Amino acid sequence: MPPETQSGMSLTLAAVQTLNGLQLGVLLFLVAAGLTLVFGVMDFINLAHGVQYMMGAYFAVAGYALTSNFLAALAFAVLGSLALGLLLERLVFRRLYRRSHLDQVLGTFGIIIFLNELARTVWGATPRTLPVPEALSGSILLMDGLLYPVYRLAILAAGLVVAALLYVLVRWSRAGMLVRAGASNPRMLSALGIDVDRLFAGVVGFGAMLAGFAGLMAAPILSVGSSMGDDLLVLAFVVIVIGGIGSIRGAFVGALAVGLVDTLGRSFATDIFKLFLAPAAANEAGPALASMLIYILMAGVLFFAPSGLFGAKTA
Amino acid sequence: MAEALLRLERLEKSYGALRVTDAVTLDVRPGEIHALIGPNGAGKTTLIGEIAGQVRPDAGRILFAGEDVTRLPVHARARRGLARSFQITNVLPDFTALENVALAAQARAGSSFRFFRPAARDEALNGRAAEALAGVGLAARGGIRADALSHGERRALELAIALVQEPKLLLLDEPMAGTGREESTALTRMLQRLRGSRAILLVEHDMEAVFALADRISVLVYGRVVATGSPAEIRADPVVREAYLGEGE
Amino acid sequence: MTARAAEDRPPEAPALPAPAGTRARALGRLLVPVLLFAAFAALPAAADALGQTFLVSFATRVMILALAAMSLDLILGYGGLVSFGHAAFLGIGAYAVGIAAEEGLTEGLAVFPLAIAAAALFALATGAVSLRTRGVYFIMITLAFGQMAFFTAISLSAYGGDDGLTIWGRTEFLGGTPLEDDRAFYFVVLGCLAACYLLARAIVASRFGRVLQAARQSPGRVAALGLDPFAYQLAAYAIAGGFAGLAGALLANHTEFVSPAYMSWHRSGELIVMVILGGMGSFHGAILGAIVYLGLEEALSHLTEHWRLLFGPFLVLVVLHARGGLLSLLPVRPRDG
Repeated sequence: MPPETQSGMSLTLAAVQTLNGLQLGVLLFLVAAGLTLVFGVMDFINLAHGVQYMMGAYFAVAGYALTSNFLAALAFAVLGSLALGLLLERLVFRRLYRRSHLDQVLGTFGIIIFLNELARTVWGATPRTLPVPEALSGSILLMDGLLYPVYRLAILAAGLVVAALLYVLVRWSRAGMLVRAGASNPRMLSALGIDVDRLFAGVVGFGAMLAGFAGLMAAPILSVGSSMGDDLLVLAFVVIVIGGIGSIRGAFVGALAVGLVDTLGRSFATDIFKLFLAPAAANEAGPALASMLIYILMAGVLFFAPSGLFGAKTA
Repeated sequence: MAEALLRLERLEKSYGALRVTDAVTLDVRPGEIHALIGPNGAGKTTLIGEIAGQVRPDAGRILFAGEDVTRLPVHARARRGLARSFQITNVLPDFTALENVALAAQARAGSSFRFFRPAARDEALNGRAAEALAGVGLAARGGIRADALSHGERRALELAIALVQEPKLLLLDEPMAGTGREESTALTRMLQRLRGSRAILLVEHDMEAVFALADRISVLVYGRVVATGSPAEIRADPVVREAYLGEGE
Repeated sequence: MTARAAEDRPPEAPALPAPAGTRARALGRLLVPVLLFAAFAALPAAADALGQTFLVSFATRVMILALAAMSLDLILGYGGLVSFGHAAFLGIGAYAVGIAAEEGLTEGLAVFPLAIAAAALFALATGAVSLRTRGVYFIMITLAFGQMAFFTAISLSAYGGDDGLTIWGRTEFLGGTPLEDDRAFYFVVLGCLAACYLLARAIVASRFGRVLQAARQSPGRVAALGLDPFAYQLAAYAIAGGFAGLAGALLANHTEFVSPAYMSWHRSGELIVMVILGGMGSFHGAILGAIVYLGLEEALSHLTEHWRLLFGPFLVLVVLHARGGLLSLLPVRPRDG
């Protein structure tokens, strides 16, 4: 997109980066939504949620390698993640719900170590890619001078649709009602005679499925590597801290905020610093500050609302 | 009474629509044992929480020794001479009985930002702690971990911890809860010995203990103080009899 | 509602053995560290005799990470604070050495205090925010701050960015270069570890240490005594940061290289694993944990390149079945119930 004027360029750039930020936001939301429900309902901190996202991407790559069909890759990613989530729940998580947070952290850390290495062993150390599906390839002109890839818009749309569905599900379905009740008062569930084991397995499986779906969506635009879940996990934590544990709405708001602040910060911090710093200093300070922005945002939110913006429980 | 040590002025606290503290005005004078009684759910524990600082009231003031402490955190109030025992025993399970009390003595003695000398060999702290333990009948149990003590012993340990803080006001939240007949008689005798040495605000269900110990009694019903007076006055009060003593006692 | 309203939450970390226990335990607290440090002191000579000189370098690395694990144990085991950002303190100490060297400052009497102070200050600032919360929030926030340090290091393009920074020569002392000799460096590291071990033990046994341990068991009780748990936990957090900063400065000197990877959250996780393997709430346990962890890593990686496939499940099994750490599997049980 050759820019015509300076201001035209920065406006276009701002629009592109805003879209990129929203798109990172919806991916984050898909990962954070499952995490926050698991926290809220089971008081269980699952570090292995990030590897679910990574495994989802690899399942998609494997599915595509077998079938050369994007929809089949999608089915592989979603069903594979669901199966993996249920398996982990059965073998490990279930034994950790009643244990200290420290035990939960360590046990799920062990799973990360294992699955990261498994992915490296099975799929190799070099990153894999998933092609953009035919129907969603190419770009469209959004406004003058702004060509934007269709696939990235599709991520945004898919993320928003899933967010809406999730909201409806949690708000109006029976399972959703139980999940909400569990998030605000876990003891109530067993008092009501609910099959807690099944509900917990369902929440974990569902969360794993969402994370796997996010992995699939991200695969065509990022390279698929064994450590891709590690960074995203911490971002998802920041989202949950900002949004508040157990809150889908909080996860949504937090995810978009983190996606936008991180993306826009990285692309504009240096330019903003150049307004009042020497270019060399700005080139150093800009990226450094940009990489801290979301954590500063988190600290700020925490200062005014220690249990997050929409937290159901105190910290 | 100008010389009240603790004074609550029109304290209010609601949880949603439920008003748990309703315009409570109450004072505790130096040296008196003031009992707070009321049926379950009357808001006694919330009120103790507001006095100690765990629960922030919605409105009203708490004056302690003439100072407004309404907005002070728990530890700042404790430092001013307000000690408490907990309704649900709150001793340090991994510490021995002696260490539990020695920590309280240490808090009383001043700064705990001391990093090098071993606290376990601090004879001044240990001496005071041992004395306090002896005072509550735990002289022989100092070396036992608190989580290995019996329930009654832990209740006594709570009291020793509170006493070694040498508070101006002692908040006792159901000190007899869950103790047997003999233990509660022993506790009553212990509190009897404290009479006059310091002010005590006593929340208790054991009416025998309350009427034996209290100089004054306040009756809390649905978050409201319905009566305050001497044990004899309370016994004779028709409102109290109807609202409280008549029910189930 | 502030997080401190929830002061009466059960403590994060499981209960520790009694501070004053049976005679066997008292003996263990004396004997184990004496044997441990004697073994470290004798190791270089033994390595020579066996012709296994690589052991000296390996043991240097073990001692440095043992120092970091020990500092984590101060807040994790004694303070009950599940901090998942400890590698950041280590990395900041290392970067202090690297950046100072890049800027021409190589005098140890300035560089080492600088590394310790930088890490302690970072701990103080992030701790002041993190300690307002408890439970899973605390874990997530410390993890996030650790990651912040990691990404900040990556963004420092003047100091190597993603690729890290090579240090052209170990830290000097008064113009001399005593650390250049690997054997001498080994004993300097051993000396640091021993000194910090004694210091850490003194701290937990002091009045301060008692408050810290009490705050783990019941913050509500500590506040009722007139002590603000936050102040003591924050001080401990900063002290632990300082110790880890020293470990980082030593690590930078050992590898003569610093990299953002020192701060990755996996490294924080590994430090927690070391503390747990050795059994929380015992500083020599943390040292043993570092030996076991790095020894396992070394041994398993000889077995297969994909040793993590074995280590991951091993860790899960330890968590599920050996709750008191590996020391608890020894025949002499320290508990007297």
